Amino acid sequence: MTDQRLTAVEMGEKIKEISIAEFFEKNRHLLGYENSSKALLTVVKEGVENSLDACEEAGILPEIHVSLKEVAPDRFKIVIEDNGPGIVESHVPYAFAKFLVGSKFHRLRQSRGIQGIGIHGAVLYSQLTTGKPVKVTSATGKEIHEFELMIDVTKNEPKIISHKSFRNPEKKHGIKIEMESEGKYIERQQSISEYLKETAIANPFAHIIFDGPNGKLEFKRTVDELPKQPKEIKPHPYGVELGILRRMLSNTKAKNIIRFLMSEFSRVGKSSAVQICRLAKVDPNRKPKDLTHEEVDNLHKAMQMVKIIAPPLDCLSPLTENLIMEGLKKEIAAEFYVAITRPPTVYRGYPFQVSVGLAYGGSIPESETAKLFRFANKVPLLYHQAGCAITEAVIETDWKRYGLSQSSGNLPVGPIAILVHFASVWVPFTSEGKQAIANYPEIVKEIKLALQDAGRKLGSFVNQRRRSRESQLRKELFEKYIPELAESLEKLTEKQKQKIIEELERIIKKGGLVGKGESGSQEKS
Amino acid sequence: MEKEKVEVKKNLKKLGDKVLKDIESGSNPSLDVPVRTLSNVKFDEQVKMLTMGEATAKRYFFNIAHVRKFVQTIEAAALAKELIDVNKHLSLREAFYRMKRTLPNSNINLVDEQIESNEAIEDLELISDSSREQLHINANKMGSVAGKIVIEDKGDIVDWSKLGSGGWSIPSNVEDIIFKKVNVKFIIYMEKAAEWERLHEDKVWDKLDCIIVSSQGQATRGIRRLLQRLSTEHKLPIYVLTDFDPWGFYIYSVLKFGSISLAHISSELAIPEARFLGLTADDIVKYDLKKHLIKFKDVDTKRLEQLIKYDWFKNSKEWQRQFKLMKDMKAKAELAALSSKGITFISEKYLPEKIKNKDFID
Repeated sequence: MTDQRLTAVEMGEKIKEISIAEFFEKNRHLLGYENSSKALLTVVKEGVENSLDACEEAGILPEIHVSLKEVAPDRFKIVIEDNGPGIVESHVPYAFAKFLVGSKFHRLRQSRGIQGIGIHGAVLYSQLTTGKPVKVTSATGKEIHEFELMIDVTKNEPKIISHKSFRNPEKKHGIKIEMESEGKYIERQQSISEYLKETAIANPFAHIIFDGPNGKLEFKRTVDELPKQPKEIKPHPYGVELGILRRMLSNTKAKNIIRFLMSEFSRVGKSSAVQICRLAKVDPNRKPKDLTHEEVDNLHKAMQMVKIIAPPLDCLSPLTENLIMEGLKKEIAAEFYVAITRPPTVYRGYPFQVSVGLAYGGSIPESETAKLFRFANKVPLLYHQAGCAITEAVIETDWKRYGLSQSSGNLPVGPIAILVHFASVWVPFTSEGKQAIANYPEIVKEIKLALQDAGRKLGSFVNQRRRSRESQLRKELFEKYIPELAESLEKLTEKQKQKIIEELERIIKKGGLVGKGESGSQEKS
Repeated sequence: MEKEKVEVKKNLKKLGDKVLKDIESGSNPSLDVPVRTLSNVKFDEQVKMLTMGEATAKRYFFNIAHVRKFVQTIEAAALAKELIDVNKHLSLREAFYRMKRTLPNSNINLVDEQIESNEAIEDLELISDSSREQLHINANKMGSVAGKIVIEDKGDIVDWSKLGSGGWSIPSNVEDIIFKKVNVKFIIYMEKAAEWERLHEDKVWDKLDCIIVSSQGQATRGIRRLLQRLSTEHKLPIYVLTDFDPWGFYIYSVLKFGSISLAHISSELAIPEARFLGLTADDIVKYDLKKHLIKFKDVDTKRLEQLIKYDWFKNSKEWQRQFKLMKDMKAKAELAALSSKGITFISEKYLPEKIKNKDFID
């Protein structure tokens, strides 16, 4: 036993910094690479989302081409190409081959990717499973640069294997990423084609072509206008975590606490800042970097206690009702569509906005559980449906009121597809896999309100449809009896059968009598 | 006769023209059908029979709940017109098959069960103010008669006492029968053919100078009309023999007062002079039939409760007494149980004794 014990010195030698890349290597499940079919989907997803974000920010209608070919058993070559603005030469290695280098993490602005982990994870996964570098071709309208990149896992630094540049007489722009990785290709649920279809629903302004192992799929653009650009905002005091506050204090350029509060946060004026300082018992003139742990703690608590108006809400780019209608119509053949976008509101200091869409009837199966499309910032969520705030809100909504069947604690059953979109500067995902939204009561409540609003519209359509179906059935029944009646009347009165039929048909066409609510009534005296 | 035919044809044509007028004016074709339920039946204390009230129901073609019956009724009218035109008769069963057709491009039959065509014909009788017989539709022959009466039927002379073991079977239309020689004092009507056979074999009609008549269960219209004619034309008393149960009592009730569904023609069918001979609750005691009682089922109790409430029984002390005794016994008994007392007990003891003592209920 004793010879297995370590001395403090020996233990100290074992403690070393773990790079994020190394951490990922050991915890790939956290980023969505736990099995080979999901891994392949994640690689495509990270690439497509980067492309969509880049295009949208640059104000370019996205053209995205995804190609996926099996080059050896369970090994695929993936190529994703967009028409975005491209990335300048010097940034390319970092943008693709160094973790936590992202343009998006230190800001609050609604976008698809946030953490600067996504595409790097894909690059690292490719490297781990094939040992090959990825090829990135970037065109910014000037020259074209082609890199072969790998990640130095221990240092979390990019390794440039090769770098070539070409002339760009056509002034092309965009990014093309080519990589190989292990994986398994599946169809149907939680597949790449399903992911792209849902992406197309939430992004009808994008043109996406998928050249997959089973042939080509094209998702056409039906809206020629990009959605409103989201605005970047500063954090609101109510939503800031203690750790982030600490980092903000050490990075700020502000000379004292009162300036710091007023310049780094949204909605904090002089009087709010003074109030926070007083409540935290912190001198407003202290230098931000000088605060002790305890003082930061007090400051954080005080920030939650002072009354501060909600953050500005015009920073979001919700899925508008028009976009939802277009998206649903182009991918789902239904009889009825409805879309509702709620006014923006706030959870824990973060603005968010909910939109929902319903598609009913048509090609949607009559007696299956409703198909639920979940989206966060225009990205489809394919996994962890059960643990998601959206699912909870759908289950808690009483769909029986709107003409569907539903057993308690379950999704409704009927010919319906339900789309829920959550837009926020910060989506509270339940894990790094970014597949489920945490169920904050404010969020669940907003989603339910939107669903109920849309549900009421659906309900009146379902009722109307039922009534017109019944009236159609009535009409058909009468039509069956008409020749019999005419024949008997001809025998009784010698008036020509065909004439009687015509006259009765005319009464039906007029409709008034047939539609009347006489059905089911008893003979009355 | 021919005049009557013309009248019936005119009524049928009128019915067709009315519907046609509705259609031509673009309105919902409708029929006024008198209501044939207890709610629209009254007991007329004066004449002691059931009469029909004024209530009618509108039956529409463009109404999901009515359309089927509407077309059935018109089809029944067309069928009747055809029969009168060619001077042929159909039984109710045959009429059912004539009306049973499949609607084009569907799996719907115009009638599925005979009860539907029967009801359509009964409705038509009311709407066209003509009897079933006038519409050339007959019920099945279901009854027998034997006794010292000679009749003429379609030119044939028939002696009811010389027809062997089967007796004369009573047709559904007895209007044209002529009674040639009536040599009897009364009529015994019984619910069951088995008792008729017993009485016939024992020559009861000869010994007691009567005629014996039976049917299966409820008396057919032909029998009721025949009995009524004998009652009114020859003043013959009519005694009714049924089982001791609510259904038996109701057979008597129909003979005497008329039935709910045919209340509109009570005057041609009801026989207010009919008397109930047995079995009575007192018979059960007197002839020691208690051990042959059959326990009531729920349906028997329910039916008895209905009888108790009928207007035409409500004020009869004697009938209410019978009902009460039956209710207390919670049991019924069959006529056949009398045979436990001896093979010819009913013929030689029960009937002569009861008739001699005038032991019957009005």
